Amino acid sequence: MSDEQLEFRRAIRDALDEEIERDPSVVFFGEDVAAAGGVFMTTPGLQEKHGHERVFDTPISELAMAGAAFGAAVTGLRPVIEIMFGDFMALPMDSLVNQSAKFWYVSNEQASVPLVVRSAVGAGGRFGAMHSQIHGTWFQGIPGIKVVGPSSPADAKGLLKSAIRDDNPVIFLEHKRLYSVKGPPPTEETVPLGKAAVVREGGDITIVSALRGVRDSLEAAEQLAGDGIDAEVVDIRSLRPLDHETVLESVAKTNRVLLVEEGTRVGGWAANLLGIITAEGLEELDDAWIVATEDTPAPYSPTLEDAWLPAAAELAAAVRERLGVAAPSRS
Amino acid sequence: MAGTQTERAHERQDQPGESPAEYLERYGRMRLIRRFEEEIQRLFLKGEVHGTTHLSAGQEAVPVGICSALGPDDYVAGTYRGHGHALAKGTEPEALAAEMLGRATGVCGGRAGSMNVIDLAHGLVGCFGIVGGSIAAATGAAVSAQRQGKVAVAFFGDGASNQGYFHECLNWAQVYDLPVVYVCENNFYGEFTPMASVTAGGEIGIRAASFGMQSQVLDGNDLWAVREAAVEAVGRARAGEGPTLLECQTYRHYGHSKSDPAKYRPPDEVDRWLARDPLELARARLLDLGVHNEALAAKEAEIDARMDRAVENALAAPYPDPAEDAGSEFKE
Repeated sequence: MSDEQLEFRRAIRDALDEEIERDPSVVFFGEDVAAAGGVFMTTPGLQEKHGHERVFDTPISELAMAGAAFGAAVTGLRPVIEIMFGDFMALPMDSLVNQSAKFWYVSNEQASVPLVVRSAVGAGGRFGAMHSQIHGTWFQGIPGIKVVGPSSPADAKGLLKSAIRDDNPVIFLEHKRLYSVKGPPPTEETVPLGKAAVVREGGDITIVSALRGVRDSLEAAEQLAGDGIDAEVVDIRSLRPLDHETVLESVAKTNRVLLVEEGTRVGGWAANLLGIITAEGLEELDDAWIVATEDTPAPYSPTLEDAWLPAAAELAAAVRERLGVAAPSRS
Repeated sequence: MAGTQTERAHERQDQPGESPAEYLERYGRMRLIRRFEEEIQRLFLKGEVHGTTHLSAGQEAVPVGICSALGPDDYVAGTYRGHGHALAKGTEPEALAAEMLGRATGVCGGRAGSMNVIDLAHGLVGCFGIVGGSIAAATGAAVSAQRQGKVAVAFFGDGASNQGYFHECLNWAQVYDLPVVYVCENNFYGEFTPMASVTAGGEIGIRAASFGMQSQVLDGNDLWAVREAAVEAVGRARAGEGPTLLECQTYRHYGHSKSDPAKYRPPDEVDRWLARDPLELARARLLDLGVHNEALAAKEAEIDARMDRAVENALAAPYPDPAEDAGSEFKE
């Protein structure tokens, strides 16, 4: 049991399975999620187990899907929907931004909108510009909607369960280069929303990232350890609310921070977070910078896409350069 | 359907829900909406109502006729021209007026204003400032309603029938046989633009056929015609027979919003529609059905007094206190 590894996609499925079982008001729908089990095979068997009332396929109508989820959520259900790729989130934005996100406040708190919108996000899969985006920052500036995403199988399960139990609308980001990752199963039933996690302790520099970027940062930290640089890695886990306090605590210890974002520098979560760190912790900072993607859409060709994405070696090199440490010898 | 609506009204007046006394109540509700809109216009010009308003005077028979076929637990989604939708579903006029005035006693505590009213206690899942939003909200409410034995109604204008919401949601509702009635209030203008100049295919009602959905195009200024269609559509929805699209043809007496004098509408067209004022039509038919003028006058006086009281109380109510009523982003 102790060394049994949990696959990320299985963690997603198990969280859905257990929450549909646990709460009769939870319904789950999306394109190809029921009979086919999801294009990334994250939801097989759920319809067979829970029935067509609870788990069903929808038309390719993202706007209607989000609207249906909103209307159902304010009248007693707790919908979980899958908008297949994050890129498709441009289609249902009106319902999510103007209906779900505003309802609790504008209604004078008559009721909240308990819904979850899951999507596969991120580049590196050679999917091209319209199947590789991360829409977290599109929603980060919208009051009333939470934006979260895991970097490990354990967090995938615990965060998704928390998202389904949360009474507010939650955008849930699943990086497609994490689905096949295996890791230890969760030790807790749920993981709280809106709390960053220190996933590696260190004293020389804080590296903050999200989703797949956390794994790249951990790999970079291992490379840096060989150079005598002890990096702390923080998984921000939630873009809204944004837990700057955990980052500030870490920076108070390391005095340096690198923020790694798969997304653009301007308008990105990293720049937003760095602004808060600077405003509230300037006296703690000796150095602070961002590694982000270039200001182009995600390219298709493997050479272009690999160069476009921040990778572990690039992160490690950037840290060495900023800290004035020589690169390791090749011999 | 044989006979004129007047003949049919005579024939049916012994059936449940069809008595002249019940129609007198519905006429009173229509007058409440008319008086409400007149008061909001007056208060807007006085600077008491802020931002913008979209008045529904002239369209009262549609929400009153539709909601007369609903129960208190059924769901309704309205538009930014939604004062009539709320009042027809049961929202208290004083709470609605206070909302327009931005007061703490408003149905949404002054957070919503004219365009975004929500009143879940009366089944109003929201009024939506985005054209077509109500269609999605009612479709979603119908997902719940299907499991709860209830019915959901979407009110929307002719302009919304050209939004993605309309086409996506009508297909969706028909696929799942959702208990929803889509009520298009076709007032022939999408903001300032004539409907016909931007809408292909003529009538909106015929669009239902492409989804295999039941539909009807009807006189939205005739309370009896609207109610008859609503009773049938709501009955079908409740029986699990799926959605219906009703195109109710009507006309707004005011412009699109507070800043619009509606000079784009031909005067003879306006005169033709004003001559078919839904309140006047209802009043005439009630007289024809044997309701005494005294009874009508008494109902009108009762409604007017209620509206005056509502406005008086709303105007006396406090504004929300930013220190105490700021609210929270999330439900904890």
